[in-house]
Amino acid sequence: MMDQSLPDKAATVQLFHTCLINEFYPEVGMAVVHILERLGIRVEVPLDQTCCGQPAYNSGFLEETKKVAVKNLEVLSSTEGAIIIPSGSCGDMIIHQYRILFAENPDLLKKVDKVSRRCYEFSQFLVDVLGITDLGARLKARGAYHPSCHLLRGLKIKDQPKILLENIAELEMVEFEDPEECCGFGGMFSIKNPEISGRMMDNKISNLQASKVDMVISCDMGCLMHLEGGLHRKGSQIRVRHLAQVLDSGVD
Amino acid sequence: MSHFSDRVDKALADDNLSEALKKATSQLVSRRSTAFSSLEDAENLRDIARNTKMKILHNLEDNLLKFEKSLQKNGSHVHWAKDAEEANNVVIEIAQKQAVKKIVKSKSMLSEEIHLNTALIKAGMQVVETDLGEYIVQLAGDKPSHIIAPIIHMTREDVGNLMHDRLSVPFSDEPEVLTRIARRKLRQEFLDADMGITGANFGVVETGSICLVTNEGNARMVTTLPKIHVVLIGIEKLVATFEDLNRFLKLLARSATGQKLSVYTSIIQGPGKGTETGPEEVHVVLVDNGRSGMLGGDLAESLACIRCGACLNVCPIYKNIGGHAYGDTYAGPIGSIITPGLRGLAQWHELPAASTLCGACKEVCPIRIDIPKMLLKLRQVTPPKVKASISLRMAIKCFAVIAGIPKVYKGFTAFGSRLLRFLGSKSWLTNNIPLLDRWTKVRDFKTPAKKSFQRMWQEKIAKDGK
Ligand code: SF4
Repeated sequence: MMDQSLPDKAATVQLFHTCLINEFYPEVGMAVVHILERLGIRVEVPLDQTCCGQPAYNSGFLEETKKVAVKNLEVLSSTEGAIIIPSGSCGDMIIHQYRILFAENPDLLKKVDKVSRRCYEFSQFLVDVLGITDLGARLKARGAYHPSCHLLRGLKIKDQPKILLENIAELEMVEFEDPEECCGFGGMFSIKNPEISGRMMDNKISNLQASKVDMVISCDMGCLMHLEGGLHRKGSQIRVRHLAQVLDSGVD
Repeated sequence: MSHFSDRVDKALADDNLSEALKKATSQLVSRRSTAFSSLEDAENLRDIARNTKMKILHNLEDNLLKFEKSLQKNGSHVHWAKDAEEANNVVIEIAQKQAVKKIVKSKSMLSEEIHLNTALIKAGMQVVETDLGEYIVQLAGDKPSHIIAPIIHMTREDVGNLMHDRLSVPFSDEPEVLTRIARRKLRQEFLDADMGITGANFGVVETGSICLVTNEGNARMVTTLPKIHVVLIGIEKLVATFEDLNRFLKLLARSATGQKLSVYTSIIQGPGKGTETGPEEVHVVLVDNGRSGMLGGDLAESLACIRCGACLNVCPIYKNIGGHAYGDTYAGPIGSIITPGLRGLAQWHELPAASTLCGACKEVCPIRIDIPKMLLKLRQVTPPKVKASISLRMAIKCFAVIAGIPKVYKGFTAFGSRLLRFLGSKSWLTNNIPLLDRWTKVRDFKTPAKKSFQRMWQEKIAKDGK
């Protein structure tokens, strides 16, 4: 696995670590770093990166979003190599929504094009760019994969995480009801409409519980933070894990 | 009308409702996907349908005038109505001219949209809904809660109880028995009626035909037995030719009920001529009621909707709160666009916000209508006054400024983290604290990590001696 020759653009990569990982789940960021470095890739973290702007964007604050996005573009533009985003949702924002955001600004659009062409969601980068499906991880657990909506329908990343998970030794991946249904997070939706969001979360959690899983694995800390909050409230033993954490298990 | 959040609370508290919804929507979803898997070249068909519809909408005025000519050639009377009031008055006038007392109706969301029944009753006429679902809704003094399955919110027991109460028949929850009772009641209504009112699924420009798609066949009675037939059709419902119609029919039935074709597809082409069966007069009312205002704008795409209801069935919000919580005629994801589009955003701004933008609706829509994109658009144009609480608006504005200056951003988030950890003292916040109370209403809040990722990263670099 380590011998796989990497495409040039993979020699050095930039990690866009997202706000949630930076503040709440730093261990996920570190897992991403471990995995990439183990593959012989040099990881850089642009320390001036800020939020992708999605919370403001999805709440309809266009001008504010533009300010944040411009800054982010500036920071990312000044770097080189592939940009790895361990979040389907932030990935979709930068790759697809920035284009819409700056549709009427040719200069910025060019910048968006250049940056977004370098962006890859984490599992997508491993499987589609590096061609890696087995990272030699080992984890004894019953896991369920929750495909987050923006990863699945925005970035159309469906199989990559599943392939990676299938190759983890001793990890038993379990089916559960309605896996592709939204968990109810939806960014600000979870705060604006807590009752509906909570009901959607309850549905997801009871489907997971019915399948008797130990952990729910996803590529988005947004969904997972929301689900973890619900699981904690209910006193459930089910843990949440980012794909990178699972792929980083049992390798050292 | 009650507030959106009250309607949501009511819906979520209703166990019967959630059970009924869950069962019915999942059935419709699985039927749809089976039906589509048997359709060759489905994706291509969706593209073509979308393109033809957008083309018609682009040139709607011309197409409407052509349609009017074709209708007249077939001997139909054409009326134009710019809003609900005009539309209702046109129908009332037609009825009064012929001294109509009793009206039978079938298949029209548009008549719901313009509150036609209320207007007719007020004008002294008797109106009977004849499609089973709508008939039950009328008996209950209720409103439909789904575009194609109006009583999706009711269980069989609900319907049985209702019929037992209102029609004094023995209780049964057998669909066959209930249908038989309704049919017997309705038979006489058809014979007594002087006028029939229907909606229209499509209007064919080239031939001036009105196409009605049903599964019960009641529309056939409504359009043929009474001496006058009035068709209410939204101005967006046009297709150019029969060939186009054929494509839309394939998509509509599959998306709506998972059938290859619905049981009845009626094409109406003017009044019955001489010995033919059919009404003596056909009136077609072309209703605008806010539609032309959406043309050419950000919501124009929503006018391509063929009202199949597929987006409702896959919507995780609709599935949990049902149609009535949306508060108006059109529910679900597409309703969250059409309702503010037709009625104005000021009163309906909660609807576009009540979505996670999960994209399931767009994925399933036979016309590939980009519903999430329009929901976002509506959030952007929501009048600032109603857009968000002052605190949220200020927070987002500050956030934009802060996030634009990396140093300040870092300092701010670090401070925020410390504050939250201080408040939490442990790693979880479980009770209501300011700004987070809407989060902790339904779930606990994990406090930020002691050390941010960037800190960890910098320590690592220092250690690695990079
Ligand atoms: S928006 Fe699309 S899926 Fe929804 S009712 Fe209209 S045509 Fe059907």
